[in-house]
Amino acid sequence: MNILIQGGRVIDPTQHWDELADLYIQDGEISALGEAPAGFQPDEVIDASGQIVCPGLIDLCTNLREPGYTRKGTIASETAAAAAGGITTLVVTPDTQPLVETAAVAELIQDRAADVGFARVLPMGALTRNLDGEQLAPLHGLASSGCVAFTNMRNPIASSQTLMRCLEYAATHDLLVIFQAQDNALAANGCMHDDTTSTRLGLNGIPEAAETIEVSRCLLLVEETGVRAHFGQLSCERSVRMVEAARERGLDVTADVAIQHLLLTDESVNGFNAAYHLQPPLRSQLDRAGLRQGLVTGTIAAICSDHQPHDPIAKQAPFAATEPGMSGLETLLPLSLSLVEQQLIELPQLIETLTAAPARILGIEAGTLEIGSPADICVFDPNAEWEVSEDSLRSAGKNTPFLGQTLKGRVNVTLMDGRIVFRR
Amino acid sequence: MFEANDPNSIQLTADGQLRHFLTTEGLPRELLTEILDTADSFVDMSQQQVKKVPLLRGKTVANLFFENSTRTLSTFELAAKRLSADVLNLNINTSSTKKGETLKDTLMTLEAMHSDMFVVRHSDSGAAHFIAQHVTPNVAVINAGDGRHAHPTQAMLDMLTIRRHKGDFAPLKVAIVGDILHSRVARSQIHALRTLGADEIRVIAPKTLLPRHIEALGVKVYTEMARGLRDVDVIMMLRLQKERMQSALLPSESEFYKLYGLNRDKLAYAKPDAVVMHPGPINRGVEIESEVADGPRSLILDQVTNGIAVRMAVLSKAMSGQLSQRSESGQEEQA
Repeated sequence: MNILIQGGRVIDPTQHWDELADLYIQDGEISALGEAPAGFQPDEVIDASGQIVCPGLIDLCTNLREPGYTRKGTIASETAAAAAGGITTLVVTPDTQPLVETAAVAELIQDRAADVGFARVLPMGALTRNLDGEQLAPLHGLASSGCVAFTNMRNPIASSQTLMRCLEYAATHDLLVIFQAQDNALAANGCMHDDTTSTRLGLNGIPEAAETIEVSRCLLLVEETGVRAHFGQLSCERSVRMVEAARERGLDVTADVAIQHLLLTDESVNGFNAAYHLQPPLRSQLDRAGLRQGLVTGTIAAICSDHQPHDPIAKQAPFAATEPGMSGLETLLPLSLSLVEQQLIELPQLIETLTAAPARILGIEAGTLEIGSPADICVFDPNAEWEVSEDSLRSAGKNTPFLGQTLKGRVNVTLMDGRIVFRR
Repeated sequence: MFEANDPNSIQLTADGQLRHFLTTEGLPRELLTEILDTADSFVDMSQQQVKKVPLLRGKTVANLFFENSTRTLSTFELAAKRLSADVLNLNINTSSTKKGETLKDTLMTLEAMHSDMFVVRHSDSGAAHFIAQHVTPNVAVINAGDGRHAHPTQAMLDMLTIRRHKGDFAPLKVAIVGDILHSRVARSQIHALRTLGADEIRVIAPKTLLPRHIEALGVKVYTEMARGLRDVDVIMMLRLQKERMQSALLPSESEFYKLYGLNRDKLAYAKPDAVVMHPGPINRGVEIESEVADGPRSLILDQVTNGIAVRMAVLSKAMSGQLSQRSESGQEEQA
């Protein structure tokens, strides 16, 4: 099948390409940019005039809920939502039921995703068995079954000795470890950032130190072990500075942030709206400014959705009794585009944080429009406005604080491997 | 961009009447003063032979207590009965309602009984807001204590007690002493005192029992009684729960009593005419010495009496706000 994407503004940070051009796709691959390949006959022409054409987005943290929690979302529903959000690669969390700690579960998730065929799904494996921080999970076997990274999620490994061994073992096999840093004793029973709003609302706070202590411990052990390491969904300004200092010392660590932490603060929790119950929690204006600054300087290389779809019941309770997390796949791109509107970063740099940067962090070949690479492509209208509503979201999770708001920037076509997986 | 709405607007009708009473925060001074004025008239009435008025005749008040309480529940019950309402008391075991769906189901069941007002106590902060957001528009919600967030009727009965003894709030220095961290009473008192214009609000506690950033609520923070009580007109003590010793917040009750317990010596730091209050039930020898609790400057029993009057005032005000809301939205009021 030959596809021509015609007349769009093509942005590919890997090639420093940003100009109006036609994009040619043959046999699932990108075959030319600009000039038509000899004898090219399109079977389909996509009119991209007035639109942006970029590599398909890569989301570093998505919770698919399947297997185990299909009342909240399924691989089919959530990968369809990803396609509608222009995301072609999803890195998914291991906290399914059963957990991604055996090759069978890792393969099951990838097989189901391949069957429905809306997006590439790359599992993260559990770093320790049962995520309980005691015994190593079979990292090498899981990596052979397609796991691209390993995490213990927000269950920190209590024993620093065990953590060090996990990192040494991962380093042995050159595996990527992703930290979602949180000290559980300090975060215990907390449901929001510990500050004036939590004081006023009488909600248990999660102090900044719950994140920074764990970031600090992990950084020291990364330095000690030489493991490939990445920090996911940082929420504190001080964490950004610690990662920055480590990078300045030459440590090859990377970090990402969830888009909501670049836009919202803990003050949103006023009124006890459970849609703002997130983990890590929304933090102060100072933290938000620090995260935004980290994005500008490159200390934070990537933006993710931290997508956590829920059934309605999960959010229908007094704030602390609700489950944390928001549905974010379909708002990742438009919310990120607001950073360009706010003149924080330029559009090509934003595209980089959503495509090439996460690919580089993972060490995978994706997030590019180079000739010969798989045709994973997102075509979006940066000016189209749409209302976030239960009807407009394809995700099974309607739990977003942006419900009812009008966002700017809408995906019109998504291709994966040269196949149209979404078209508005 | 992306900012949330004013969270406390839910308490008022479009024309500024009280519709739900969830927190003292964000309510206008005139409204708090009106509640106190109305309560004053009910205090006088309770000294008469006939203690009932027909303001809530034909209305049903459901007391939904998801957390145990005898004092608050009985004063709300008495307040509703003195207003001639039908009263339904429900002690709902929290362990069976841990999940939100059950709470919502409970609400729907109670709505089906056509209650006009829910008086709610719950161990989760924000529970009263949640209920107010999820009940049918025909039900007014009164917060009788939610987690650590708010206990607005307690704060208002404290304000009434202060006003009846001191008159004007403007010159007053008020100290709140004890477990501020876990106290919904303290939070509601602080908001009410600020709105009513008290000169100075102080909190006195060890740092382990102070929320961080409490000064953002407009209070001065003290960690010792000698300095914190100096020149104070009103001392509001808080109850200390025994479980605070188990989580490394305090070493022992006796050390707490030595440092923060209100005895005659510490009372001498305050103004000679300073009054002493406590929301009860009191722990003698933990927060307060018996001689002070039972002494001439203690207003603890006045607080109980005023509690009924304040709750009558709040119930009747919320009911009339509720009724005007109903007639605004075109629903027939059936007496």
